[in-house]
Amino acid sequence: MTDLSRRKLIVTGLAATAGVTGLGVAARLAEKYGLVPPDHGGIYGPGETLTYAAQRLLTRHSLAREFPRSQISKRPLANEIPPFRDDFKRLAAGGFVDWRLNVDGMVGRPASFSLTQLKSYPSLSQITELACEEGWSYIAEWIGVPLSHVLDVVGIRPQAKYVVYFSIDPDWWESMDMADALHPQTFLAYGMNGDDLPVGNGGPLRMRLPRQLGYKSVKFITRLTVTDSMKGFGKGLGSASPEGGYAWYAGI
Amino acid sequence: MPNMETLGSAEVPVGACVPSSASAVRATAPPSRHSALVRVTHSVTIFCFIALLVSGAEIVISHPRFYWGETGNVLTTPLFQLPIPSSRALVPTGYGYVLPDQNGWSRALHFQAAWIVVFTGVLYAICSLLTGHFQKDLLPTKANLSWRMLSTEIKRRLRFERPGEAETWSYNVLQQLAYLLVIFVLFPLVIWTGLAMSPAFVSAFPASATLLGGRQSARTIHFFVSLALVLFLVVHVVMVFLAGFRSRTGAMITGRTATGSEGA
Repeated sequence: MTDLSRRKLIVTGLAATAGVTGLGVAARLAEKYGLVPPDHGGIYGPGETLTYAAQRLLTRHSLAREFPRSQISKRPLANEIPPFRDDFKRLAAGGFVDWRLNVDGMVGRPASFSLTQLKSYPSLSQITELACEEGWSYIAEWIGVPLSHVLDVVGIRPQAKYVVYFSIDPDWWESMDMADALHPQTFLAYGMNGDDLPVGNGGPLRMRLPRQLGYKSVKFITRLTVTDSMKGFGKGLGSASPEGGYAWYAGI
Repeated sequence: MPNMETLGSAEVPVGACVPSSASAVRATAPPSRHSALVRVTHSVTIFCFIALLVSGAEIVISHPRFYWGETGNVLTTPLFQLPIPSSRALVPTGYGYVLPDQNGWSRALHFQAAWIVVFTGVLYAICSLLTGHFQKDLLPTKANLSWRMLSTEIKRRLRFERPGEAETWSYNVLQQLAYLLVIFVLFPLVIWTGLAMSPAFVSAFPASATLLGGRQSARTIHFFVSLALVLFLVVHVVMVFLAGFRSRTGAMITGRTATGSEGA
């Protein structure tokens, strides 16, 4: 009986040590390979981290489904947007010729792009689905320049880990990791279904990440910042979404 | 991997620690109705299911319309719409008010509970295969699967008959079929349809959505499978009350069951 309990004690002790060490090693590896999201704290942190880590391992290079032209939704739903402020109204009145996309942070050549400049780069299109976290979705042809092209133009530094992107609406900003930033389907979209991108759908310039839910596809983009840490941005959780209770990573 | 059978059946009742004859206590202690594995995974599943149900309902409120196919939104015709108010002004509900948005924590809780219940389910499935729990306890015998047996059992349920002494130690054939349906059909289907709504997962496994007819079909099936699970839960709880709430829940918590008057 005493022998048995001693053996049990030793085995349990070893197992516990191995477990704790294993967790520690797993955490270190996850950090090293970029599998920990900026909003990993709090009671829901374990779930968010598991989802992000699992999907990063599965989907680093996967492509969102593209659809035939016949599946494009007849009317692309323009979701509700907060009332525009004067700066947006002024730019809209001028036909957005003065719209600027400023790129700064860990880049070799900080720059400010006009829409005409962005449109002079190789223009690509994708027919992908926009899916809202609420449950609805639509398919549209999105026309724009891949974000990776703009990042090539400004030259990102090797330590870059996130691209932070800002809407003209100051309450609306997001960020994505480099796997998404360099992904061929991540677009700065300025067109839709063969035309200019309507304001209701985020025009004149919208971020498109078809591998994540709609709220990561921020409308009215005016600024990109390349960084190696989200600490200095807002509450340091990665974007405005976690500050409002939503997940930073929205691939689900 | 510990041997779950021994873990479950060699349960020594708490407080029965007579030092002189530990083995005698073991021999006379009543066997467990449920193994430790079943009891622990069942408890975890209860908590996760409640969390998933509440958070899932909350998420549905933000768009209580369902569609078939790949796409669907307020500009397209729904398959059906739940007659409830919504937490989004975008949805035409007929109600003059919009409920507060609770999707943030609901989504976080939904996915965290999903992770826990999936891990629990995998542990349960692997251990049950190793210990023979599926074959021994859940697989109906050929004789029990006959129409005569099945109709007898159905009639007994419809008469709200209390289960007999023998069923303290085994499941009846309807119970076995219901549990098999939940474990091998409804749970896998609810996980699959859930994953088919993840844009990242679908980018890696496009067939997970297209085989179901598209993203909106997956969402609609997810809703109906959840309803089926709620229906199972209601019947399950009614049956537990019928069989004796105290003895049955006691058996699920401690493994032991009182035999005799209350033991049915």
